[in-house]
Amino acid sequence: MAKVIVVTSGKGGVGKTTTSASFASGLALRGNKTVVIDFDVGLRNLDLIMGCERRVVFDIINVINGDAALSRALIKDKHCDNLYVLPASQTRDKDALSLEGVGRIIDELKETFDYIVCDSPAGIEHGAFSAMYFADEALVVTNPEVSSVRDSDRILGILAAKSKRAVDGQDPVKEHLLVTRYNPGRVAAGEMLSVEDIQEILRIPLLGVIPESESVLQASNSGTPAIHLDKSDVAEAYKDVVARFMGDGVPMRFITAEKMGLFKRLFGGR
Amino acid sequence: MFLGKPMTPDTPAFKIKNANLPLFVLHALTADMAQFKLQLDAHLAQAPDFFAAAPVALGLAAIAEADAIPDFTDLSAFMRQRGLAIAGVIGGSARQRQAAADCGLGLFPDARGARRHTASAPEPVPVAESPPAQEAVAAPAAAAPSRRPTLVVDKPVRTGQTVHAEGGDLVVLAIVNAGAELIADGDIHVYAPLRGRALAGARGDTSARIFAQCMEAELVSIAGYFQVFEDGIPASMRSKPVQVLLDGERVTLHPLAPMR
Ligand SMILES: Nc1ncnc2c1ncn2[C@@H]1O[C@H](COP(=O)(O)OP(=O)(O)OP(=O)(O)O)[C@@H](O)[C@H]1O
Ligand SMILES: [Mg+2]
Repeated sequence: MAKVIVVTSGKGGVGKTTTSASFASGLALRGNKTVVIDFDVGLRNLDLIMGCERRVVFDIINVINGDAALSRALIKDKHCDNLYVLPASQTRDKDALSLEGVGRIIDELKETFDYIVCDSPAGIEHGAFSAMYFADEALVVTNPEVSSVRDSDRILGILAAKSKRAVDGQDPVKEHLLVTRYNPGRVAAGEMLSVEDIQEILRIPLLGVIPESESVLQASNSGTPAIHLDKSDVAEAYKDVVARFMGDGVPMRFITAEKMGLFKRLFGGR
Repeated sequence: MFLGKPMTPDTPAFKIKNANLPLFVLHALTADMAQFKLQLDAHLAQAPDFFAAAPVALGLAAIAEADAIPDFTDLSAFMRQRGLAIAGVIGGSARQRQAAADCGLGLFPDARGARRHTASAPEPVPVAESPPAQEAVAAPAAAAPSRRPTLVVDKPVRTGQTVHAEGGDLVVLAIVNAGAELIADGDIHVYAPLRGRALAGARGDTSARIFAQCMEAELVSIAGYFQVFEDGIPASMRSKPVQVLLDGERVTLHPLAPMR
């Protein structure tokens, strides 16, 4: 049975698109037929991060409006088999993203794919709502700061009350906490919330912790999802996340500060 | 001219009694009076007897920070046309209260710390979410309140969510996060950290109480009297079991120590 997973946060710029790209790639690398949908109409950038922006012809709104068949709008990923991207429109208006239209697309995708990953825009407006409405599971992307945690709490409330599963009285959306841009050094210095602090407030199971890393920017500039960056801690962290999501018992990593050697302390890290 | 027995200087001409009359507080959630009147009209259309023509107190706490001065004269006329009367205002900024007094409205005493029922105030409840007309009509039977079963919530109440136990008590078994709001016409019990707002006795029951196992609330209110905690809960009670009650016009917090 196909699963719909929304990557959401409320707050902007916390790493939803970075996560959607790497998480969907990770699922595909493990042999799952996966599609990732960009719901950020007007600000599309999933295609940039996936490096397929020059191959976008049709987008999700074209499909909803019946201008193009779904199969024509799907773009095959260049990094892995089994992965397709359904881009957002850069030109249309968000309201074109009708719930009814999105529902039709998701139903059609369920016939072919194992996982449907929905990259939500920031906020709690229409776009974010249509991205989460059909979800079976949710990755709640949270940065270790109070405002991000507060927004995640808000999103969890909306998922619990207004998602299709909630409205239809089905089992609730399964919630996963994903802490990103985590910097254990700054947490130790008391400048950021710790994973425990975040969990104490949100009280949902922790799926993983993605460290803050400059390599993420390099990856997105080169159109390669971070999970493909060989030997980087971000890639490792995302692989762990996918493994845990698939049910493997993988211990948490990247949550404690590594001791800085004298050399690093004198000459700076990285 | 007078009726009844002739008055002498020492026959009492009046007597004062504490009546504890049921009084609704009509909380303004916006300073935009056009919108306020529009929504109130829509509400009255659904439940014409909602206030049972009893005078209401106009709650200004939620618009105190905005400090906009509503046109009280216009508002009083608007209410009168609909058979309602504003007895006075409760809460509000000094300027707002002065303006209300200038228009002949009474000033209900303000609870301490009531100045700031504000900023992150929840969005006004859309009309669609307001109680069905039938229930609303039944409500003014505040004199002989019909008790509803306790509302029990076992999932986290999160930022932006409001839980309202109408006509009864509210029991929450999971965390109530900052930015969440609990409202009950009766008592509120929270058997987990209470970090949001809790408003008990929402229809004016001054004997309502709030019980929290781990007190970290942003705001508590009993019968419309508010207390905010800008600097957090006093250290002696922070994160501890606490009960909140109304002492005269003051909202007070007390450690919940076991009594033998
Ligand atoms: N683990 C990380 N370490 C360092 N930078 C990161 C990390 N994850 C994301 N970023 C950076 O944060 C910025 C925002 O990331 P991203 O676009 O994925 O966020 P978003 O939540 O999708 O934003 P929006 O709300 O605008 O859609 C980007 O510049 C990205 O490179
Ligand atoms: Mg994004």
